[in-house]
Amino acid sequence: MTTSAVQPSGERVAPARSEWPDAAGHFGIFGGRFVPEALVAALDEIAAAYEAMRDDPEFLAEFGRLQREYSGRPTPLTAVPKFAEHAGGATVLLKREDLNHTGSHKINNVLGQALLVQRLGKTRVIAETGAGQHGVATATAAALLGLSCTVYMGEEDTRRQALNVARMRLLGAEVIPVTTGSRTLKDAINEAFRDWVANVESTHYVFGTVAGPHPFPGMVRDFQRVIGDEARAQVLEREGRLPDAVLACVGGGSNAIGIFTAFLPDDGVRLLGLEAGGDGVDTGRHAATITGGSPGVLHGARSYLLQDDNGQTIESHSISAGLDYPGVGPEHSYLHDIGRAEYRAVTDAEAMEAFALLCRTEGIIPAIESAHALAGALTLGKELGPDALLLVNLSGRGDKDVETASTWFGLGDREDVDPGPGLDTEQQPTEGAISNDEAVAGPEAGETA
Amino acid sequence: MSKLAECIGKAKAEGRAALIAYLPVGYPNVEDSIAAMVAAVEAGADVVEVGVPYSDPGMDGPVIQQAVDVAVRAGVGMRDVLRAVEAVAAAGAVPVVMSYWNPIERYGVERFATDLAAAGGAGAITPDLIPDEAAEWIAATERADLDRVFLVAPSSTDARLRSTAEACRGFVYAASTMGVTGTRATVGRAAEELVTRTRAVAPDLAICVGLGVSNGSQAAELAGYADGVIVGSAYVRELIEGRGPDGVRALSEDLAAGVRT
Repeated sequence: MTTSAVQPSGERVAPARSEWPDAAGHFGIFGGRFVPEALVAALDEIAAAYEAMRDDPEFLAEFGRLQREYSGRPTPLTAVPKFAEHAGGATVLLKREDLNHTGSHKINNVLGQALLVQRLGKTRVIAETGAGQHGVATATAAALLGLSCTVYMGEEDTRRQALNVARMRLLGAEVIPVTTGSRTLKDAINEAFRDWVANVESTHYVFGTVAGPHPFPGMVRDFQRVIGDEARAQVLEREGRLPDAVLACVGGGSNAIGIFTAFLPDDGVRLLGLEAGGDGVDTGRHAATITGGSPGVLHGARSYLLQDDNGQTIESHSISAGLDYPGVGPEHSYLHDIGRAEYRAVTDAEAMEAFALLCRTEGIIPAIESAHALAGALTLGKELGPDALLLVNLSGRGDKDVETASTWFGLGDREDVDPGPGLDTEQQPTEGAISNDEAVAGPEAGETA
Repeated sequence: MSKLAECIGKAKAEGRAALIAYLPVGYPNVEDSIAAMVAAVEAGADVVEVGVPYSDPGMDGPVIQQAVDVAVRAGVGMRDVLRAVEAVAAAGAVPVVMSYWNPIERYGVERFATDLAAAGGAGAITPDLIPDEAAEWIAATERADLDRVFLVAPSSTDARLRSTAEACRGFVYAASTMGVTGTRATVGRAAEELVTRTRAVAPDLAICVGLGVSNGSQAAELAGYADGVIVGSAYVRELIEGRGPDGVRALSEDLAAGVRT
């Protein structure tokens, strides 16, 4: 049973091995290694070090200690009944990854890889970041362990996630804005790979999601699976049964894989990944890779991706910097193809509506990424009805997003701005709770966000 | 019969290294890129790497990125690439496609091999496809009688040098340094060490060196130990800096003299 990885005391033991990937990193036809030969030795070195480390009691003890004492695990489950009134009256439980140190699930993977870096004897780490959450987590671990840290971030993202840029710099990291291509996460990954190939002797690339070449997808999953291991036990203890569905947002897909993995053997539990639908999948301006893409090779692995007829990557669009990525982790492609998980697209407007609703009904400001999962719960709850039990991964907190949200909702910072009927607390909360309807629905608002 | 091995063997019989020029299709536009390739051939390039533009060229430095970005945005595709292949063959050199893997996979591996052979192409260099993932490509190139060139790097173990060389047909591409494409002041000792190590495990395979070569004296140095000298960014820079086919021609003359000293 997969839940054995977390004991009631919070002690960790090695989790059961997953059925996939195979020894070369394949999840069915997906995954593998599509990299320059120059990186193969480093990837082999990481795979061997991880293989030696993963069952080592010393590593597990240290990893568990950092998770408890530094990150604050286990994270709680929170029932959100007022929010759930808008989800067909279903029971909605949030797995509070937003309460981790640094504000998201990203720290889970980074702490694991930081311990790996120590074993590799490397002195410098690099990372890519979209929303900045992985960059902040990496900068944090680098400060903790005395490593030099460089973070690549698309210039567009440095603007819309300026708070996280400041956090990384405060933590001592160098943040390099990437000005090539779409100036977002995809291009930050390209630059990080270019840095890595030139500096691989001294440098470890702390890949932030369950994508990239083998062994990253499987290894990052193993570091993130604590989310689902904890949540499964917590739901059973609280409700006496498993949830009907587990929901998570999917960009690269690390928080989703993290919460899905423990539930994979539970056939009755639906696994639902919510992709960023941007302006709508039919508009072509979205980041819904599985919903609107096709299999191909990007950033070191075969997986679904957004591409044109020439095999060129299509630039993705999402209000959420963390989901604004035209690829997805290979395990998600596999889970989709074997039918074990479902993937749906959530538009910017739907995500922001759910964002507003959680703020107003429960006093929790979610990351816009996580708001996509919340929007999925609103829809699925209505489909399944009041007896449904939904577990939603609240992968991060929304402090970084206040500026984007303020712009979206037209709140501004001028006192003379009429905040609109949604801010009138006398009114019934509606699904556009914070703002007036125009601001929620207006495509112009999305473009300025 | 391997067109690349034959061409490089012929250069060797003349007591020199082969000159291999990379240029991307579609920069500054398709016609002018083909004209540049023909100019490179007329001034002494034995082989032209016909570059397929790709949106995410993770192994390339800023010069090649800048050029292929223009081509990608213009929608340059495999049809244009095949036309460039035909033009290079007609000019009397051996065309070999240089492509990241996804454009080939998207076009269709089997279809690509068939169409490339029909266009007179020798085969393809695939910088992000390692033999471990290349079963379909190896089968397709066998059927179409095409060359396939994989890369080795200074970080490759001897076991990987051997298995990669065994998977190659035509030549093996020795990446001289750990890093991306771009001109460098010196190519350094790592390249010669890599060639020596590769030759020890694959004595019968041609070994061509790329990454960082930009002028005739560097080419001459590499020609002392390699079977072929690959030049990319320096050619592209001629186009980016506006010197057009004439600049390409002058560079080719300098390099062609280099591989003969």
